[in-house]
Amino acid sequence: MSDLFRVEGLTKNFGGLAVSRNISLSMPAGERLALIGPNGAGKTTFVNLVTGQIHPSAGRVVLNGEDVTKLGAVRRVRKGLVRTFQVTRLFSQMTPEEHVTLTVLQREGKANRILSRFTGHSEVVGEVESILSTLGLLDVARRRVGEIAYGQQRLLEIGIALALRPKVLLLDEPAAGVPSSDTPRIEQALERLPPSLAVLMIEHDMDLVFRFAKRVVVLAAGEIIFEGLPSEVAANEKVREAYLGNYAHARRIA
Amino acid sequence: MSASTDRRWLRDVIGIALIIAAGLAGYWLFPDNLALLTRVIAAALLVLSIDLITGYCGVATLGQASLFGAGAYAAGIACVNGITEPVTLILIGAVAGSVAGLLMGTIMLRAHGLAQLVLSIAIVQLFHEAANKASAYTGGSDGLAGLMVSPLFGMFAFDLWGRTAYLFGLALLVLVFIILKFVVSSPFGMLCRGIKQDPIRIRAMGSFVFPVLLKMFVISGAVAGMGGALAAISTQVVGLDSVSFELSANALVMLVLGGLGSLYGALVGTVIFMGFEHFVSAINPFHWMTMVGALLIAVVLAAPGGLSGLLDRFSASGHRAKRGKA
Amino acid sequence: MQTVLSIAIDAFAYGMALFIICIGLSLTMGLMRVVNLAHGAFAMIAGYIASYAARDLGLGYAVAIFLAIIGTVIISIPIERLLYRRIYGSPELTQVLMTIGITFCVIGITNYFFGPTLKTIPLPGSLSQPIDVGFKTIAAHRLFVMACGLVVAGGLWFLIEKTDFGIKLRATVDNAAMADALGVRTQVVYAISFAIAIGLAALGGVVGAEFLPIEPYYALRYMVTFLVVVSVGGAGSIPGAVVACLLLGAVDTTGRYLMPEFGNFFFYAAVIAIVCVFPRGFFGRAQ
Repeated sequence: MSDLFRVEGLTKNFGGLAVSRNISLSMPAGERLALIGPNGAGKTTFVNLVTGQIHPSAGRVVLNGEDVTKLGAVRRVRKGLVRTFQVTRLFSQMTPEEHVTLTVLQREGKANRILSRFTGHSEVVGEVESILSTLGLLDVARRRVGEIAYGQQRLLEIGIALALRPKVLLLDEPAAGVPSSDTPRIEQALERLPPSLAVLMIEHDMDLVFRFAKRVVVLAAGEIIFEGLPSEVAANEKVREAYLGNYAHARRIA
Repeated sequence: MSASTDRRWLRDVIGIALIIAAGLAGYWLFPDNLALLTRVIAAALLVLSIDLITGYCGVATLGQASLFGAGAYAAGIACVNGITEPVTLILIGAVAGSVAGLLMGTIMLRAHGLAQLVLSIAIVQLFHEAANKASAYTGGSDGLAGLMVSPLFGMFAFDLWGRTAYLFGLALLVLVFIILKFVVSSPFGMLCRGIKQDPIRIRAMGSFVFPVLLKMFVISGAVAGMGGALAAISTQVVGLDSVSFELSANALVMLVLGGLGSLYGALVGTVIFMGFEHFVSAINPFHWMTMVGALLIAVVLAAPGGLSGLLDRFSASGHRAKRGKA
Repeated sequence: MQTVLSIAIDAFAYGMALFIICIGLSLTMGLMRVVNLAHGAFAMIAGYIASYAARDLGLGYAVAIFLAIIGTVIISIPIERLLYRRIYGSPELTQVLMTIGITFCVIGITNYFFGPTLKTIPLPGSLSQPIDVGFKTIAAHRLFVMACGLVVAGGLWFLIEKTDFGIKLRATVDNAAMADALGVRTQVVYAISFAIAIGLAALGGVVGAEFLPIEPYYALRYMVTFLVVVSVGGAGSIPGAVVACLLLGAVDTTGRYLMPEFGNFFFYAAVIAIVCVFPRGFFGRAQ
């Protein structure tokens, strides 16, 4: 019961196709977990299930001892279950500063104010600046997001998530699409995540996975086939089969 | 931050000063057409109200006249029943409009895309039929006539030339415009713009979407309702055409002409559209339809951002040129 | 009992006339994702052509229908090329504005050439007399419209489900890029579908002229009705369109018979209720 976050028997069927089967895992505070698996393994579906974008056919999601399975996406965010997106979802006409400010105001319950000014809440300004500076985004804070580099947009995705003060953070391929020259900046940002935060990261870049994660879970055909230390992954027979053989394909037909 | 906000402030102050100047210029230049100009102001309020939900929230509507008509009939009915103080009538219009906005938003936000558009049309048609049927209160197809409004603040009577009505309307428009400037640049306004672009992102930021949009519908209803009340006060008649699909569609065209998502665009579009309409439809109403049609096609093909979008594009390319030189 | 029967027959015939016009719109919206508010304008153009052919030139009804369909499709080709092609895949609002613009232009031009009066399409003798079907006599024209509706529904079903073209069409709808890569000429598929949709609108405009009279404001007056049918039935669904047309035809006709003073009140109330309960229509696909 000391786990901060737990999923039990999470299952999702689309028609007859099971895209997640009986997934169970738990994370204590401060966890650094990587979720890997071949394409089509159901990793993003898992994130969608956990964060409430789609609802599971069976199973439970438990945060801080509370069953949140029935809650919608918004309520889960407010309880501290926060995600980033595999393909950035940002507002191209707004600046990074505006993104983070809006998020902080929302968290504080002030985003619905009609006649207050958007900028200039002094307590918010400090927090926004500190988030942007941790991520190295201060120089582009007032440029439109559509004009900044993709790597910086990925960092901003993380910044928005941090502005929500999450307890559990799900990063859906934080380095996807980023030129390798910018990967170190993403990695740096990941290293600076608050220590008490439980982080689950989906990632294809294995170097990043091995440096970041203390524990690795491998998903194939919607099922967990391995759970253990990063150093053990490569040696595991099932994992090799999933990546190299036709495991995923065979199971889906069955 | 302060430098850019200061500049924005200055720009808005200049913009509002220009609106007032243009309004007063109209008063001096066209003393015989003040009734028409007051109708333009009422329509401008309607177009602003569409801009709030279509331009800022991305919810397309072809039924906005239901909110305008709700305000017009509420003010008209109150007026025949003895409440004749003009400011009170405007407030009654605003309340009726926001109640209608609440209703309309609750229904429309259940659907998306085409179904949403169809709902908006069905709602305005339903309002139209209801106003037609409830002739005991609304005068039905004859319209609600004989509105006798008391002098403004007990001093300025609504004269035959429509001077008081026009200046009253202009003051109302400027006031509403200033308030809306605050609304669209508030955190709430930012949230709406976010929803327009990506509601899933907004949800992932921990904000609900439906209540935000509904709130905008209520605000929009208040603005449209005030427009309706102003039309009722100034013309002293409320007709069925104030709750029609045609008015809704025309108002949307005005907005698109001026530019979605810009409050200035809403005003510019209204003035140009109604100005043209006045001159062309005097010659032949059917040429007017052909022209509006051609205009719409031209805007879609050549200037998707409307006139204000064109201006932005020009000024942006100007900036870029300057930056290039420097 | 007699009243109920009359209402039922009128409602069915009216529903079928609506169906013939609307199914084309449903196809353009469901398959090509174009919100074509100008659909009714094409039905109206066909009505004018048929009226001109039958009344002014004295040609037969069948010839008039044929000319109307061919003429309308020919008129629609440059419009599709020059205007519609630019809004495939555009946001809905853009499509709405463009097609409202086209509608306004058609109305203005029609009125300029033909004047604001109603145009009739004279029925041949065989269709204007009542026919005894055993339990009741029904106007032959009503039966003709019903038959047309059923033939159109069956023909379309066959075309989409059973023919080579239907396969290409469905492939294009599912994934245009993929279909393109597989050698389906999607531009051609779109052009043909558009022509079929317009042809059906033309047919419906002519045979439905008894229910929806031909006049310059036709396109605007019934625009809402047509849109409603599609959004209630679910865009792109033939059974959906049939059900929606029959149901809305029934609501409308019953309302007119029993409570004429309430006009379209019940029609729109029904629409709002249905769309609220089925936001994607009866047979709409999930987005």
